[in-house]
Amino acid sequence: MPGFDFSNYNRNAALHARGVPLPKATSTGTTIVGCIYDGGVVIAADTRATSGPIVADKNCEKLHYIAPNIWCAGAGTAADTEFTTALISSQLELHSLSTGRKPRVVTCMTMLKQHLFRYQGHIGAYLVVAGVDPTGTHLFTVHAHGSTDKLPYVTMGSGSLAAMSVFETQWKPSLTRDEAVKLCADAIESGIWNDLGSGSNVDVAIITPDKTTLRRNYIKPNERTQKLKSYAFDKGTTAVLNEKIISKADLGNFVSVHELTEESGDKMEVDT
Amino acid sequence: MSSPFSINGGACVAMVGKDCVAIACDLRLGLQALTVSNNFPKVFQYGDNVFLGLTGLATDVSTVSDLFRYKVNMYRLREERNIAPRTFANLVSSSLYERRFGPYFVSPVVAGLDPKSGQPFICGFDSIGCIDFAKDFIVSGTASEQLFGMCESLWEPDLGPDALFETISQSLLNAVDRDALSGWGAHVYIIEKDKVTKRLLKGRQD
Repeated sequence: MPGFDFSNYNRNAALHARGVPLPKATSTGTTIVGCIYDGGVVIAADTRATSGPIVADKNCEKLHYIAPNIWCAGAGTAADTEFTTALISSQLELHSLSTGRKPRVVTCMTMLKQHLFRYQGHIGAYLVVAGVDPTGTHLFTVHAHGSTDKLPYVTMGSGSLAAMSVFETQWKPSLTRDEAVKLCADAIESGIWNDLGSGSNVDVAIITPDKTTLRRNYIKPNERTQKLKSYAFDKGTTAVLNEKIISKADLGNFVSVHELTEESGDKMEVDT
Repeated sequence: MSSPFSINGGACVAMVGKDCVAIACDLRLGLQALTVSNNFPKVFQYGDNVFLGLTGLATDVSTVSDLFRYKVNMYRLREERNIAPRTFANLVSSSLYERRFGPYFVSPVVAGLDPKSGQPFICGFDSIGCIDFAKDFIVSGTASEQLFGMCESLWEPDLGPDALFETISQSLLNAVDRDALSGWGAHVYIIEKDKVTKRLLKGRQD
């Protein structure tokens, strides 16, 4: 299990008690969706990361690898989605190595919900878990408090309402692969345009029993046009008071790592 | 009381150029409106071409910069090689997330060149270790909003070392002039394959 270090906790809590606001974390005020189709499952996400009203990252990755056949879309606190999925991915790999079986989506979902429930919602990860395993195709949502849902089509994040409206009007049973991809991409685009917390591009992952296809920036409806003129300054624009050039050769003065030659010292004895 | 991120003030910015990267910081250390020092650099070097910029609460800036000096030295002893920028970024990320529920009040920025390929690398973090990989620029500190505006308009792809220096310097200087808590001089590092150039900029002292 992760060993969180609480040694700054009391200091920060004391500061907070005296009216100091808590730091704002990067959040993925996101639109993420998932949809099962005949023969697999599709998940998709937008690519905007925000810090309050500021767009912190215009092209971040919200589709996280868990196992070759299981992928996760994350909303909520960006660091939490990143590290929670990485942690479960690592545990699941060890689990599948020790059992000699392919990891199952329910196992992944259960590990995620038990981990998140233990932290009582303080780990702000809201996830869409999707995958194909020997028991079939699966799609789940996991909330930060540990509750889960199992549905044929799901949306999460601040753009979930915009995305769900697309699903509720256009979804039908037994979609084809292309229909499912189109539906998910349309749902994300609805979030991109109508939800301020979501924006930029559409990422899509298609998981089938044979393989997973990650389509990074599947749709790029917000590409920056090239500037018509350059703002580049002439050399010498900025006043410099002092300049120091450290060449690579001199870097050795600051960093003392040297390649050892064969005869330059006794070899370390190593038990074989 | 104000946020821990804006007690001491400070700004930091990193930019990608053609086969080079730049990282710059202001030099102010303050206590709310009182300036205590005009020589408090916020960019630290960890090896040939790995740089870390730290803005936020000054006590944490010092603590965290020392912590990473220790961690990077331990890495060097264990691995018998220098740390690569991307590895260092992951070290920063996991070290900050370890304190998820009692964070350091810092907004780090990493800049460097990949030791093997020479590819420019920059990234930024929030205080709990979420990495923001960027292909253009990263900003942090109390002047971050001003820096976003400056960089978004002045930065362009494939700037050479000299042009990159002018771009990052003008971005920083003009951003901190519109932030009361930042400024009082600046340090700019231009990192190239075979050399690092450190410059002290002339900035307003008000």
